[in-house]
Amino acid sequence: MTAMPQLEIEVRDGVDRETIETVQAMAGKYKYGWETEIEMDFAPKGLNEDIVRLISAKNDEPEWMLEWRLAAYRRWLEMREPDWAMIDYPQIDYQDIYYYAKPKSMETKPKSLDEVDPKLLATYEKLGIPLKEQMLLAGVEGADEPRKVAVDAVFDSVSVGTTFQAELAKAGVIFCSISEAVREHPGLVKRYLGSVVPPSDNFFATLNSAVFSDGSFVYIPEGVRCPMELSTYFRINAENTGQFERTLIVAEKGSYVSYLEGCTAPKRDTNQLHAAVVEIVILDDAEVKYSTVQNWYPGDENGKGGIYNFVTKRADCRGDRSKVMWTQVETGSAITWKYPSCILRGDDSQGEFYSIAIANNAQQADTGTKMIHLGKRTKSRIVSKGISAGRAQNTYRGLVTMHPKAKESRNYTQCDSLLIGDKCGAHTVPYIEVKNNSSRVEHEATTSKVDDDQLFYCRSRGMDEEEAVALVVNGFCKEVLQALPMEFAMEAQALVAISLEGSVG
Amino acid sequence: MALPQAKTDALEARIAGLSLPAAGWSVPARKEALARLSGMGMPAKRDEYWRYTDPSSLTAVSPKAAAPLEAADEAPAFDGIDRLTLVFVDGVFDAAASDDPALAGVEISRLAEAGPDIHWARDLYGVLEARGQSPVQRPLSALNTAFASDGILIRATAKAAKPVSLVYVHKSDTSDAILHHCIKVDAGAELTVLESGPAAARFNKVMEVDVAEGGRFHHIRTQGRDHDRRAVTHIFARLAAESLFKSFTLTANGRLTRNEAVLELLGDDAVAHVAGAAVGDGDFLHDDTVFITHQGERCESRQVFKKVLKNGAVGVFQGKILVKPGAQKTDGYQISQSLLLDDDSQFLAKPELEIYADDVQCSHGSTSGAIDETALFYLRSRGVPMREAQALLVLAFLAEAIREIEDEALADDIRSRMEGWLNRHKGA
Repeated sequence: MTAMPQLEIEVRDGVDRETIETVQAMAGKYKYGWETEIEMDFAPKGLNEDIVRLISAKNDEPEWMLEWRLAAYRRWLEMREPDWAMIDYPQIDYQDIYYYAKPKSMETKPKSLDEVDPKLLATYEKLGIPLKEQMLLAGVEGADEPRKVAVDAVFDSVSVGTTFQAELAKAGVIFCSISEAVREHPGLVKRYLGSVVPPSDNFFATLNSAVFSDGSFVYIPEGVRCPMELSTYFRINAENTGQFERTLIVAEKGSYVSYLEGCTAPKRDTNQLHAAVVEIVILDDAEVKYSTVQNWYPGDENGKGGIYNFVTKRADCRGDRSKVMWTQVETGSAITWKYPSCILRGDDSQGEFYSIAIANNAQQADTGTKMIHLGKRTKSRIVSKGISAGRAQNTYRGLVTMHPKAKESRNYTQCDSLLIGDKCGAHTVPYIEVKNNSSRVEHEATTSKVDDDQLFYCRSRGMDEEEAVALVVNGFCKEVLQALPMEFAMEAQALVAISLEGSVG
Repeated sequence: MALPQAKTDALEARIAGLSLPAAGWSVPARKEALARLSGMGMPAKRDEYWRYTDPSSLTAVSPKAAAPLEAADEAPAFDGIDRLTLVFVDGVFDAAASDDPALAGVEISRLAEAGPDIHWARDLYGVLEARGQSPVQRPLSALNTAFASDGILIRATAKAAKPVSLVYVHKSDTSDAILHHCIKVDAGAELTVLESGPAAARFNKVMEVDVAEGGRFHHIRTQGRDHDRRAVTHIFARLAAESLFKSFTLTANGRLTRNEAVLELLGDDAVAHVAGAAVGDGDFLHDDTVFITHQGERCESRQVFKKVLKNGAVGVFQGKILVKPGAQKTDGYQISQSLLLDDDSQFLAKPELEIYADDVQCSHGSTSGAIDETALFYLRSRGVPMREAQALLVLAFLAEAIREIEDEALADDIRSRMEGWLNRHKGA
């Protein structure tokens, strides 16, 4: 065995050269790296009060919304970019970004999906997200009744269209773009927007509050079980453009919704900023499942290009017995800075966080969750699986806090890291704060490499290296994959295999 | 980034009354430490590294008053152990109370007597402390190197005939002691160092330990029960190939205790264990902050920290395992657990892993909760009275930490002190 020419990876027992070459070859294989050629309407580059006004005007917003944005912008000017995460990236020039980009054909909002620019429809078709109200999901074609998924498709700064709106409206569910919600449902938006992630929350959330252009709004009325899964698909297309989407989900008493989120972007040499905010309000006995497959362009094998993903996601379990479940599969982005959190305010409320974060090549991920136990008998569970390969750095960062009043609460945290290759890093930074004695907190973390014995066993049963690795890694991720809705689980499983095929050492 | 003015001001105020010795081999190292310190300033509550412990009483110009505890209910620590005793009273060496520092296999001298001559400790004094300033700054240890008034320099050249015991007596309500020890264990040598007592109203201590190839170092310490005492201690250790380092600390009460251990496993096949048992009943804070760096291959590190807290006591654990690139076959283990005996107490933990090598096994666990009701019920159903049953379960909880003490007689001494504490504090 000889050393690899490009990367000085020492070939270890149990890995053959082919395996490493496959991983290196995988590096360039980003499936969604193509670009849609479409005429765009840009706001001038840079950020100032006029840009904030312009975004607000483009969205036809009422005065209060503009004031809200401007207050956030002024606040943002006084804030400093956080530097505590274990990520390293060149200074972001906030004046060198387009804050608003919209396809010209979207100048007047299409009344129905039939009127949407075919180029845009084709884009989503190619991404595997057909914007038709007859969506058949991969793997469930044979089912008697096809499962429906309503989709809100966001392209750069605007929502292109939302499917199944009429059918959802029959159930009383509101599912539309946030810009539409500001106009059509100002009462609800005014009441809940910023109530979970206040405009002054953190540097990136404040920036988002000032310049968010679109995103999704979901309102599930009392006692309604949303008749289908809702999803938003985010696509960054235009160059030098930041995407700042804002999602607000309100689940009234006794309601239920499962929400899916997907995202991709073209391959480019330059980095692009994505700073989103997701707020979820959950009232008594309601339940929200939020699943993400984050597959933004990760940059090439040398770390050139890729999305800088700085995201604030938080669920507020305001009601008693309310429940939230975050599931994320993070495979994309050059930089990931993301901590979907749960405020367990209602008594007996529950929060769950399941995460798979894969960092390959030069990717850097600093991700985790916060479980803030305020109510009595609240429960939380964290299962985090981090996989590092190439020269990537992957950090789990989490906080579990038991307030003095959160009597008889319970947390269980498990975070496991897997290292593939000796040039990468895996880190765990948990904060555990227990302020009463009737609560129990348990935290476990392990770091290891893929077990040679397991690989050997699989291979001795006739599997080739690829299959054996896929099996072992899928076993490692099992608990998280199981938490995903079926259609996402399949996509996620495939993604895990693609990102790591054969890269085990 | 420029140093915040408040940190510089706090430093200037703190060191205004302190001075460097005029001459002696330690002076250059002290000057370097002072330069390091000027670049850091004093730690403050907002520093991430002081997230759970407010350092203001440690950085204040003068210590808060602390009365010595007249402990008639407890035999002096390590009383039954055959040892060489060196006594400090409020940080001042007490020759009359100390044994003659002559011991087979060991050379002992004092920092305060550092002359202009060549001394082995010159290559150690401040050196490990300086290495320990990155990636996290520990200004209080640099302050110690610069201004330590005394300390013991121990070099083990063979297996020491008996343990060296440092006894810290606290007499004055306002004493403010700064001691700095250097310990060098030569290749194949073995040494046990015992430390006991509250030392002073405020105590800042640094111990630098250099263990050469195949050397073995044991450290057992019990920190005094004086309610109002405050202490910040640092152990900086460097381990060569196949060496062994084991440290155990029992902390009982004390207003504030911050024990930092910064260990570097440089050689291959080295072993480092650091353990602590802390018991607090009342307004006490115990902070164990550990940073273990694995650089050699096939090294083993173990951190075992147990805290029993009641009536508002706060337990803090910050532990980190850093595995450097190339430190393959590392075995790192870390456990931090707390038993909260009532609702007023708190446990705050930040157990970290930072790993840059793939063929390693590292794990950490942390739990917090009340006494296991089922176990309590079982004991009571067998006729064990409530308080005894509780004490039994608490001792069982602490046992894993005490098991880190290899010497049986020393382990027994620690165990009996722990039982004594439980007996005194078994009420609500």
